[in-house]
Amino acid sequence: MASIAMDKPGATVLLMGNEAVARGAIEAGIGVAAAYPGSPTSEVLPTIASVAKEMNIHAEWSVNEKVAAEVAGAASFAGIRSLCIMKQNGANVAADFIVNANMTGIGEAGMVIFISDDPGGMTSNNEEDSRTITKWFDNPLLEASNAQEAKDMIQWAYEVSEAVNLMVFVRGVTRLSYTKGNVVLGELPEKREKKAHFPDLWDMYNPKKSKFTSGPFPVFHKPLHEKLEKAREIFETSTFNRYVGPEHPEVLIITCGACTSYSIEAVEELKAGDRVGVLRLGTTWPLPEKLVAKHLGTTKKVFFVEEMDPFVERSVMELAANLLPATCDLTFYGKRSGHLTPYNEQSTNLVINALMDILGITYQGRDVTYDREAKEAVTLVPSRPINMCAGCPHRATFWAIKRALKLDGRDGLVTGDIGCYSMAFAGPGFFQARTMHAMGSGAGVANGLGSLRQFGFDQPVLAVTGDSTFYHAVMPALVNGVYNNSNFILLILDNSATAMTGFQPHPGTGQLATGDPAPVVDMEAICRGMGAHVEVCDPFDLGETTETLLRMMKEDSGARVIIMRHMCQLVKVKRKIPSKYKMRVDPERCLGDTCGCDRLCTRIFGCPGLMWDTETGKAAIDEALCVGCGLCADICPADAIIREEVI
Amino acid sequence: MATKTLAKEPFNFIVAGVGGQGNVLLSAFVGTALVNEGFMVSVADTFGVSQRGGSVTSHIKISKQTTYSSVTLEGKADVILGMEPVETLRALGEFGNPHVITIVNPRPVHPTGGVPYPDLNEVKKAIIKLSSQAKFVNATEEALKMGNPIYTNVILLGSLVGADVLPISKESMMPILKERFPGKLFDTNINAFNKGMELIANA
Repeated sequence: MASIAMDKPGATVLLMGNEAVARGAIEAGIGVAAAYPGSPTSEVLPTIASVAKEMNIHAEWSVNEKVAAEVAGAASFAGIRSLCIMKQNGANVAADFIVNANMTGIGEAGMVIFISDDPGGMTSNNEEDSRTITKWFDNPLLEASNAQEAKDMIQWAYEVSEAVNLMVFVRGVTRLSYTKGNVVLGELPEKREKKAHFPDLWDMYNPKKSKFTSGPFPVFHKPLHEKLEKAREIFETSTFNRYVGPEHPEVLIITCGACTSYSIEAVEELKAGDRVGVLRLGTTWPLPEKLVAKHLGTTKKVFFVEEMDPFVERSVMELAANLLPATCDLTFYGKRSGHLTPYNEQSTNLVINALMDILGITYQGRDVTYDREAKEAVTLVPSRPINMCAGCPHRATFWAIKRALKLDGRDGLVTGDIGCYSMAFAGPGFFQARTMHAMGSGAGVANGLGSLRQFGFDQPVLAVTGDSTFYHAVMPALVNGVYNNSNFILLILDNSATAMTGFQPHPGTGQLATGDPAPVVDMEAICRGMGAHVEVCDPFDLGETTETLLRMMKEDSGARVIIMRHMCQLVKVKRKIPSKYKMRVDPERCLGDTCGCDRLCTRIFGCPGLMWDTETGKAAIDEALCVGCGLCADICPADAIIREEVI
Repeated sequence: MATKTLAKEPFNFIVAGVGGQGNVLLSAFVGTALVNEGFMVSVADTFGVSQRGGSVTSHIKISKQTTYSSVTLEGKADVILGMEPVETLRALGEFGNPHVITIVNPRPVHPTGGVPYPDLNEVKKAIIKLSSQAKFVNATEEALKMGNPIYTNVILLGSLVGADVLPISKESMMPILKERFPGKLFDTNINAFNKGMELIANA
């Protein structure tokens, strides 16, 4: 579409869930949006930033989710509606601010946090259910089921936030964030001056007279629970909670979020609309108890369809226990009964399978003979391991690391982190990373390992991190390492972008979220200022990089830093930086399987631009994929891969 | 409300390929054209880690009445556009049925990590067996002839529109391509699109 701020109320456009969230916030008249890139939410902030000037919005990539929440929170304190965006793990980073801000309230202007979970871990290394942490925070929670609803719900969330003086969470999942659907646009806000001013009067019950410090705590904690009860009352009559089905269903499905359409379609596919009703909750915390109690009274069997934790399931069962004995003849199906799993993504097919058991019916999706033949045919289909891109500088870095650790010979190891280079735990990074946890954990774990000398620990430790991750969570770990004289080397893989989530700028890139220029926060100067010895390498110079690694490992003392600097290949393409080389394999020199290298280039090095030609029994270049980086010429033991300079 | 007819409700269209081949842009073009024609659509693309050379799909559910969930039910695809042969077969294995129509770019993308590619003729035979109609268009070859493999997805888009299996036309696609490819880019991309239409007419 042309612009997310197009002024065409009533027009229908195709928007990704994340874009619909952005449009909803723009229509709600936000003045501030802050986020750290994290898929599946990475597109929300850039979408807002693309119209920040014309809509008078401050849109920023914050250095991490806690700072993003604080930036958005401050805007609300000063009377400006704000949006904060994060992936599921972001809630853990921002948690400390949020629990404290819930004690003080946020003031007159609403604040909404859009958070998206990742069932199936399609863009994450965990499946955390952010609803559980939202409940622990004591924030009202909404769950959208498609792009249109995401837009509408974000707008309504500001009304709820302002009615109860609390941040409101809107939860999506990957399928919501990344599914495109029809969205009918609403009105843009009136262009009026937004005046920010920090209030100076204080009445904890009156958002117009707020002072944003908390304590004494039991006194402040009481209104928080009263606010949640008020949210529950609002939710009881919300039109985002809907029921479709017979008056007395044999089975009542209670569902929310993306599972709403899975449930409705499963019932439709099974032609069971006269037996099964679907109660879809758009407001899942606090639970609208009167509404749910009314529906529990219409059935004997309740089936919960939701993703990840049995969140609604637990809330409803708790309510059912409170309603005893009226609910004593209810049977519950869901995660506890084993009909759905508390892990992985749900789907219409999984709901169909569960309903077959609950209803005692059978279902055949396609012709039986075809099904057998199709299953037979797919045995031909090979697995397709994920990989780093052709020309990726991380491949060069991990090749040098592998060589250096082997030559060093002390069983040195790599502690990994979150980014494209996470793939170093597997083949694409030659299985070099031996730990991988949270943002910044590579450096943190390296701190710990590097402090074990008194227990005889003598393995060199290399912590890897990306450039964006460095600013997000690695800086405190490096300070810790210098201060406590821990023995490790931090490798900052500086590829000039937050590559994994879509090339967002960060403090080292000299660019803001809006594309405007920004001061470069010099990572080299930061590391030196912290007191670490710093060197810089280009990983494509495999020889020098390996030597630097070996030399620095021999120093064997204190926290040291090597910046591995080479631009991400995809950023090179975006900036139209042409290929350096035209690659070819010399069939005279490639000895094929008689070489003894055991197909080092395709089997181990594994760049997608290389392939094994089964007809000739030799390596070959796939010209559709090779980007001409030239690195493979340096790894072929027979010098059979030739790079020719492109003039 | 859509004026064009829809063969089935919902109508399920799948693009199958390898990360980096441009399935996300292709599905966005098709989805936008369908919305402009008045249909309700859901477009789900594979995102994230699998983008990096993994197996990827885009699912488009098309309806005249309602917004469906995005992912196709097992065995319920109506049309599969295969950007790569084994990925086409993988999609047929899960979503195929005796009525499915496939349009396939026969150029293999080899898996990395030493995983061997199966015999291409065997793969093609299986695709033909599992499709009511299977048409092969050499999109990558044509794109390389045009000087850049990046045109593969627009060539395939031309073939898809030319095959007349979805309620979209060249006319509905033009303004969308014009918006996405300004200036000179439009000319090369329209050439690619026309090439795709020509290839499918002779397939």
